Amino acid sequence: MPQIPAVRPLARLLGRVALHGAWISVALAAAVLAGVCIGETAIPLSTVWQTLANKLLGAAYPLDRIDQGIVWNYRLTRAIVAACCGAGLAVSGVILQSLLRNALADPYLLGISAGASTGAVLVTVAGLGAGAVSLSLGAFGGALAAFLLVALLARASGGGIGPRAAGQIVLAGIAGSQLFNALTAFIITRSASAEQARGIMFWLLGNLSGARWDNVGLAVPVALGVTLLCLWHARALDAFTFGTDSATALGVPVRRVQTLLIGCASLATAVMVSIVGSIGFVGLVVPHAARFIVGVRHVRLVPAAALMGAMFLIAADVISRIAVKGQVLPIGVVTALVGAPVFALILVRRKPAR
Amino acid sequence: MRLSAENLAWSARGVPIVREVSLQVGAGETLGLIGPNGSGKSTLLRLLSGVLRPEAGEVWLGDTPLARMSRRHVAQLLAVVEQQAETAERITVQDAVELGRTPWLSALRPWSAEDDAAVAEALAEVEMSGFAGRDWATLSGGERQRVHIARALAQRPRILLLDEPTNHLDIHHQLSILRLVADLPVTTVLALHDLNQAMGCDRLGVMHHGRLVALGRPDQVLTTALLRDVFGVRATFLTDPADGERIIRFHAVS
Repeated sequence: MPQIPAVRPLARLLGRVALHGAWISVALAAAVLAGVCIGETAIPLSTVWQTLANKLLGAAYPLDRIDQGIVWNYRLTRAIVAACCGAGLAVSGVILQSLLRNALADPYLLGISAGASTGAVLVTVAGLGAGAVSLSLGAFGGALAAFLLVALLARASGGGIGPRAAGQIVLAGIAGSQLFNALTAFIITRSASAEQARGIMFWLLGNLSGARWDNVGLAVPVALGVTLLCLWHARALDAFTFGTDSATALGVPVRRVQTLLIGCASLATAVMVSIVGSIGFVGLVVPHAARFIVGVRHVRLVPAAALMGAMFLIAADVISRIAVKGQVLPIGVVTALVGAPVFALILVRRKPAR
Repeated sequence: MRLSAENLAWSARGVPIVREVSLQVGAGETLGLIGPNGSGKSTLLRLLSGVLRPEAGEVWLGDTPLARMSRRHVAQLLAVVEQQAETAERITVQDAVELGRTPWLSALRPWSAEDDAAVAEALAEVEMSGFAGRDWATLSGGERQRVHIARALAQRPRILLLDEPTNHLDIHHQLSILRLVADLPVTTVLALHDLNQAMGCDRLGVMHHGRLVALGRPDQVLTTALLRDVFGVRATFLTDPADGERIIRFHAVS
């Protein structure tokens, strides 16, 4: 009995998924192309097309080798990594804001950014691993260590389940972040030269210039994975609207969903931070902007946040490259300069619930 | 569906909140839980719903222990209306009631006409049909309470647990919600404060210091002695000349 009437809604759902998937892909591709074309030296769209045809379809358009190299090895990888980071951070922000029911939650809440900076500083300044460990790996390790510490602290303080759980996780995150920021400051003041400190500072604010194809190979599956996982749990995330008790009563295995989604969001964030540094504001602002446009239902919110995050970071990267002649701004500066006023606007426009 | 509990116990930071509570609610029966503030009514309801795991004892839905069922299966059988569940999200009444369909939906069982019907019916039952598009933030306390009840009804449960469902409601909606709950063909347990309203239940359970101190028909349970010992009030019983029903008048013990 339940199977037959379910067929038509299922077919309709698949049709909708295909339709929205198609236009989202087109929009993303267009944004990436724009990111490749625009720069201090503009590259015509035809060159980009021809490079793609040469590389992907084995065509043999005669192109300047330098142009082709810039498009394929620098601009394209940079735009794709920017899109993935934007999408991954935005979706992670959606997850944390929904599960913790805190409008100010962002992917760095659980100490990931602070931990990554400590890891990076340990590798570059204190010389941990004697050159065998890259800055990215150090940052990733630090991010994971911080996240695990915060998760353990949250658990020990009763942050698993119940009405106070979300608050405990937030507090544990603040404690963890403070600790790792202090560690970073300690290491820098003990042993870093001014030059090293400046380099670290620059890296921490986000830097896409190192994005290459191996980063793409990591960033794409991670961003896609966290987005699809979150989409799969869209209804469960909706069920948290009235809190964890209500989600439990609606049949959601709360602890399992929280552990899985917060764990994956943190892992994805740690990967992104290790590739590009901690780019702020995307994970905080984009989910709010997406809610403003498509509403709070996660089945729409998750893809919207992913798409907007991707486009926002591609745009921020373009701005960071062309805003100051002859100099690349850290992308975190651009996201914060755009993000902070937008966020202020949202705060002012957002009517309180009571 | 029958709901039963055996020797339930739960404590918070070493302070026992519910101790040794056993009860059985028959299929279709309405059981009212009464008791002073802090007597353990809400905690007992949370134990019965499985939101809290009992430290000792067991809850049974029909012939199956609740602890052995998946959360989803429990939610298909049992719905809960909490006290004061709030949100800061910008959701509409329709969104809130649609949440009730969560346990019935999955990736392979998407939203269908049946779900639309369940939501529309639930809204109609609490007299909120015209409010479907309204923002949650614009609702009054009583309207929010009715939306919560509609969400629970949209779950199409066989057991319904309500924690003071008449809180915040005006008298018209208090009576209509109580009548709705009493008329539903589902097993119902509801915590109540108004003892005169509690008289309308099939049976009453009285909570005092975490224990179930009385369980039975309202006229058997609500005696002068019990009202004095549990609630600390002196009660006199009057008879409504219109229909011969008893009502209770309360006086402070001086």
